Amino acid sequence: MKKLIIRTIACMLLLTAAGYAADKNTCIDCHSEMDKPYQVTAAEFSQNIHAQKGLTCTSCHGGDASSDSDAMSRRAGFRGHIDRKQVPELCGSCHSDAAKMRQYNPSLRTDQLSQYRTSVHGKNLAKGDTHVAVCTDCHGIHDIRPASDPRSNVHPLNVANTCKRCHADADYMKDYKIPHDQFAGYTASVHYKALTEGGDLSAPTCTTCHGNHGAAPPGLTTVENVCATCHVFQAQLFQQSPHEKAFAAMGTGGCITCHSNHRITHPTDTMIGVTAAAVCTNCHAAGDAGLKTAQDISLDLAKLDKAIGDSRDILDRASHSGMEVSDPQLELAQAGDALTKARVSVHSASSEVVSQNTAAGMKIAAKTQQAGVDAMKAREYRRKGLLVSLLTILIAVGGLSMVIRSMERGNAQG
Amino acid sequence: MSAGAYVRGWLDERFGWEQLVYPLRKKTVPLHRLSYWYFLGGITLFLFGIQVCTGILLLLYYRPSANEAFESVKYISTQVQFGWLVRSIHSWSANLMVFTAFAHMFSVLFLRAYRKPRELTWVSGVVLLFLALGFGFSGYLLPWNTLAFFATKVGTDVAGQVPLVGHWILIFLRGGEEVTGATLTRFFGFHVAVLPGIATVFIALHLGLVQKFGISVPPRVEQEWREKPEARREMKFFPNFLLREMVAWYIGLGALAALAAIYPWELGAKADPFAPAPAGIKPEWYFLFAFQTLKLVPSKILSLDGEVLGILAFGLVGGLWLFLPFLEPRRFNRGYRVLTGAGAFALTYIAAMTVYGWVAR
Amino acid sequence: MPTQQVCPRMVAEAQAQIRADEERHNSRRHFLQALVGGGVVASLASFVYPILRYVLPPASADLGAGSVLAGTVAELKPNAAKIFRFGSKPGLLIRLASGEFRAMSATCTHLSCTVQYRGELQQVWCACHNGMYDLSGRNISGPPPRPLELYEVHVKGEEIYVNRKQEA
Repeated sequence: MKKLIIRTIACMLLLTAAGYAADKNTCIDCHSEMDKPYQVTAAEFSQNIHAQKGLTCTSCHGGDASSDSDAMSRRAGFRGHIDRKQVPELCGSCHSDAAKMRQYNPSLRTDQLSQYRTSVHGKNLAKGDTHVAVCTDCHGIHDIRPASDPRSNVHPLNVANTCKRCHADADYMKDYKIPHDQFAGYTASVHYKALTEGGDLSAPTCTTCHGNHGAAPPGLTTVENVCATCHVFQAQLFQQSPHEKAFAAMGTGGCITCHSNHRITHPTDTMIGVTAAAVCTNCHAAGDAGLKTAQDISLDLAKLDKAIGDSRDILDRASHSGMEVSDPQLELAQAGDALTKARVSVHSASSEVVSQNTAAGMKIAAKTQQAGVDAMKAREYRRKGLLVSLLTILIAVGGLSMVIRSMERGNAQG
Repeated sequence: MSAGAYVRGWLDERFGWEQLVYPLRKKTVPLHRLSYWYFLGGITLFLFGIQVCTGILLLLYYRPSANEAFESVKYISTQVQFGWLVRSIHSWSANLMVFTAFAHMFSVLFLRAYRKPRELTWVSGVVLLFLALGFGFSGYLLPWNTLAFFATKVGTDVAGQVPLVGHWILIFLRGGEEVTGATLTRFFGFHVAVLPGIATVFIALHLGLVQKFGISVPPRVEQEWREKPEARREMKFFPNFLLREMVAWYIGLGALAALAAIYPWELGAKADPFAPAPAGIKPEWYFLFAFQTLKLVPSKILSLDGEVLGILAFGLVGGLWLFLPFLEPRRFNRGYRVLTGAGAFALTYIAAMTVYGWVAR
Repeated sequence: MPTQQVCPRMVAEAQAQIRADEERHNSRRHFLQALVGGGVVASLASFVYPILRYVLPPASADLGAGSVLAGTVAELKPNAAKIFRFGSKPGLLIRLASGEFRAMSATCTHLSCTVQYRGELQQVWCACHNGMYDLSGRNISGPPPRPLELYEVHVKGEEIYVNRKQEA
């Protein structure tokens, strides 16, 4: 019995010691007590994907974490603070090594460093500019999380906020010849809304169009290819239209000339036409053929829109008066389809193509309008029928009242 | 002899027709300034008759399964000739019947028609009122639209809050843990078989008791007539009052037709059990006062769950209401004033809470 | 014993007056009876007519929720599809390359355009904004936020019936 107790206690002590030794991290012991910028707490570091995979402070900074005296010794390989210019190489020492990364996550890419060197950030860093972003600026330093973690700075929902830290700071960007209104424009765009309000994580953010590690602006001649990756039909129609060559000749980018690059708002029918608000009048002057086409397309769309609106109105009125019109209301949605397709087809800059779509829609709208008219007629019929039966009831009631009166007068007299 | 006299003679020889009919011929209705309130009971009965007729017509086309209920009601409203009329009249008449039932109950209360010897008439009448509410609750689910689905969910949830037996009541009502097609089938059974059967018995009882004891006269009028017997005025039920009742029923029918044609009952969207409840779900107006009260009750009263206390309170009040005639305090000279006061309070409370529940978000 | 002589002419006049009164009274009673009778009959007719029309069933017994005959086995080759009417909305009936039949809603969950089957991709495609769905209706690329509702297919001999998935 005594042996059992002694053995149990010895095991417990050993395990505790082993555990303690395994967890012993003299770097954290001191640095968690320090003030910023030297402060690194255990809680912060435990969030780091590298820590979760078994790496520690010494993996990047060198030194000996198990020792109190040799923790920061040069002999143990201590590097201290990593200079900004050396960060990409340091990270790349593992992340560009496919064999090494295969041990942890075989599906992770290993071309980040080579991409970075092609980017504006990478090129400027090579020239000695330390203002530009390095790995740690975007990914974090000690609390690096995988991009799929919603708390990570490079999660799709957070990318724009990370880029804006520099790119929206007028002071920081004053030596560079680029605007700093991109974030302001982007937050007003439909893409931002789709991402933040719609929760669509595939909606474009900065890195979608600019690249992440190889970040650089797409050129004016190639920006439409970027848009075309999602907006396939519009791009195809645009390439077949006269605008493609015209814009290239003018040196303005396809897509962004009318829709802007960052402040991409939801397009409306007022963008097409001959008014001052339309984008067509930016280039086309009165009397030229292009403007005539713009006017035709604009009138076509307006006609279909109005027909759908009228149909919807009469069907709503019928349904509010209690007529059952859910079938024509559903059919009206198909007219909406046609209008959607017509709006996409304006990129062809051809009134024939657009009117093919609007014609289909007009047919459906005419049918549902007729259904609405019929429903209102049926409503009138119901009310007339009601009037007839109310009339008969009135006669019956009147007659009964007179019978009562005469009967009681008769009784009184008789 | 005329055809009528011949038939009467034929019936009398076999069934003692004259003896049966004699009390009806002698039946009178007291005439005084409050006599108009006497119409309410008949109108409620008339509306119930309308419900039975339109209900039977709806039964010809309605299908009580979750897959087909909504579509069958839509079919009735759009494809069947005059189906829209039958359905709208059924829905409107249901609401009007609950209203007139409440009005009839309150008029009986304030005119003190429940006093001896008519106590059981009152009891059977309150049972009929509860049955009417049951008809309303069970019928409301049958179109299987969004509003009905969630109103039923909320309503049965409340029933499930009753202590001890609440869960069993909930399972019994829903035919399971959740509101599903099984609930629909069950409610259909209640609505077209169980409740009508029970209602028929109680209506027969109620009308039989009314026939036995005659129409009650309010106490003050009774006093006046005792002092001046010559002031007493009565009207023969056959044919005078009956003709007037016919007029009232005709007007009621016209009103129903007008409501059905001008304000048809909406169908809404088919219930989707997996969709979240739409904001601002409310039960039908006749349950609003209870619903609103439960919403206002604080969540904890002296460490007891507020909602459960509210439900128990309603149960208690309902039970007391059933036996109201026996609660009249006889000790005081004007003991009935207690009940009249309670009735006035109840009426005001129900009206105020209904309005509040209607306008509240 | 009457003290006054009764003039026969006055008696005859009085009798005529009484008869006229009675006749007027009778005709008014008849008029009243006709009015009430007519009114009651007319009002009853206005109730009975709708009821009679109601109990005779309409031409289409289709509730719109039950089984719909979507097509025949002969008209669909493998790796082909057709649009059929399901209630008041379009449905897509696909015959897979393996010969199996699939049916789903043809209303795109993005902006409600009608989808189509692309045999060369063996996927369902929406022409409006390039949305793609797989053969189980799942939205796999493009803007559609939700899958297409799948329907049940029953093949009875040569006929293909489609109905909504039965609820629990």
